Amino acid sequence: MSDMPVNSVTTRSWQRTALGDFWAVAAVALVAGALFLLFPTNLALLTRIIAVMLLVLSLDLVTGFSGVATLGHATLFGAGAYAAGIFAARFGVTDPLLMLAIGAVAGALAGAVTSLVILRGHGLSQLVLSIAVVSLAHEAANKLSAWTGGSDGLSGIAPSPLFGLFRFDLFGRTAFFMAVGLLLVVFVVLRIVVRSPFGMLCRGIKQDPVRVRAMGAPVYFTLVKMYAIAGAVAGLGGALSAIATKVVGLDSLSFTTSAEALVMLVVGGTGKLFGALVGTLVFVWFEDRVSAINPFHWLTIIGVLLIGVVLFAPKGLVGAAESLWARVRGRRS
Amino acid sequence: MQTILSIAADSLAYGMVLFVISIGLSVTMGLMKVVNLAHGAFAMIGGYVASYATQQMGLPFGIAVIAAIVCTVLVAIPLERLLYRRIYGAPELTQVLMSIGITFAIIGIANFVMGPTLKTIALPEQLQGPVDLGFRSIAAHKLFAVAVGIVVAGGLWLLVERTPFGVRLRAAVDDAAMAEALGVKTKAVYAISFALAIGLAALGGVVGAQLLPIEPYYALHYMVTFLVVVSVGGAGSIAGALAASLILGLVQTTARYLAPEYGEFFFYLAVIAIVCTFPNGLLGRSK
Repeated sequence: MSDMPVNSVTTRSWQRTALGDFWAVAAVALVAGALFLLFPTNLALLTRIIAVMLLVLSLDLVTGFSGVATLGHATLFGAGAYAAGIFAARFGVTDPLLMLAIGAVAGALAGAVTSLVILRGHGLSQLVLSIAVVSLAHEAANKLSAWTGGSDGLSGIAPSPLFGLFRFDLFGRTAFFMAVGLLLVVFVVLRIVVRSPFGMLCRGIKQDPVRVRAMGAPVYFTLVKMYAIAGAVAGLGGALSAIATKVVGLDSLSFTTSAEALVMLVVGGTGKLFGALVGTLVFVWFEDRVSAINPFHWLTIIGVLLIGVVLFAPKGLVGAAESLWARVRGRRS
Repeated sequence: MQTILSIAADSLAYGMVLFVISIGLSVTMGLMKVVNLAHGAFAMIGGYVASYATQQMGLPFGIAVIAAIVCTVLVAIPLERLLYRRIYGAPELTQVLMSIGITFAIIGIANFVMGPTLKTIALPEQLQGPVDLGFRSIAAHKLFAVAVGIVVAGGLWLLVERTPFGVRLRAAVDDAAMAEALGVKTKAVYAISFALAIGLAALGGVVGAQLLPIEPYYALHYMVTFLVVVSVGGAGSIAGALAASLILGLVQTTARYLAPEYGEFFFYLAVIAIVCTFPNGLLGRSK
């Protein structure tokens, strides 16, 4: 792990963070492996969960770490998905890694551009601007149906084998393993970004933008940069979903998806990378199970759950687990 | 010319419906600083009650309107006591999530109780037919919506600017702690304003049911529209909400007439343009 000793970081704490990264990766890989063995017939769902995890991680970067309130984050996810899909279906760029790269670049561009608009507002106006941005993108994608397939969705995406060796099989094994690998890489990179001086600056902006500006740091530009990073992550998620499902629908670019991503983040816990992962896993898994029975019951349940989280566990499931763990340890010592 | 007048008439009706529903949201946001995304859900409840009263129970329209307002307020009061009161002064994100949660729950329950189909409200005969305006005929219920909008705007203006309650309300908006120190019962002012806001939402839901049809996803579909109106107009401003409703109603209706294939593209383009130029809304106060 390239955690350079930037400030006064000693070798000791370097080792500790590296060890922390190792255990975090091991935990994620272990859960992924367990899910693979337990639910071999549900790999498509698991891959979708990982794609959404990337979206929620990206949202965590701007909302949890930088304090930007947005209800339009699916814009970046959709930008990655459509860019990868259009390049594959219209220009014959079918190498999956190349598609992921295209998705990341498109997401980063979309992040940088939309942040210029979204960051102009604060509080309510920021929320409304982000909603307007995602709705605008949605309508544009709908109108440009020659490129995007409009409401029918973009089809005709046929990714070539991964590394030229592993075909994307019917059971979705290749897609699943690629998704897990991608998630692990992104997860480690984000852990480094979040604890870097840049990540700390973003947290400072979340706590008090005025003071950060008074200290001489560029608030607006820092947030645009964070938005571009977040865009790359969400774009990777979008590209992943395009590769795995071989279609891109308009719903990948909708207000509903954005709102759901925010709900997942809050259920898991904002400002923690694990929170994004746990929230997504819990949300999408239960959504899949309950809405198979009745989609409206699902809405009622998630509504009540959301109210409960806001009132009783404002730090999300991960935050609640952490404080429970701290209590248990405190009692033991 | 014909088209221009038609657009003008339709946007006026649509804008007034937006105004009647959104003004309540503007009041709660300006006064209590609560981003209440569940506002549309209360309008929906009002619509459901009116539909049930007119269709199932055969009550006349006027009584149904009153029943809708009363029932919706009765539903809202315990929610305010138990849930909203805890998020006054919380960060916007918390309020958004709590009220999205309430909206989801209301949608689910509404579907369970009333079913997923569209519900209509039986109109009295006077509101059913078209009315001849000279250049074209317009549906009477649209004229009724415009009239209700004007009455609501005027009534609210009188209430806020010309009554003792309005004085207390404005004092509580400007500086809640100071108003409290001077003997204004801010809690009571908040409760009354909240009830007023919800009542207006219910009224708007009933009056606008022909334009914004009542079904379980109503709360989600129009959630954004109402929020946008308030943000464009400036939270807490009656004139701002009126201006925003009319402008956005005009943009939306014009786009529907002239470029229907673009959907809501121009609506949101206008929103971005206005909010970027006026971050506090057209007539909002700067923070």
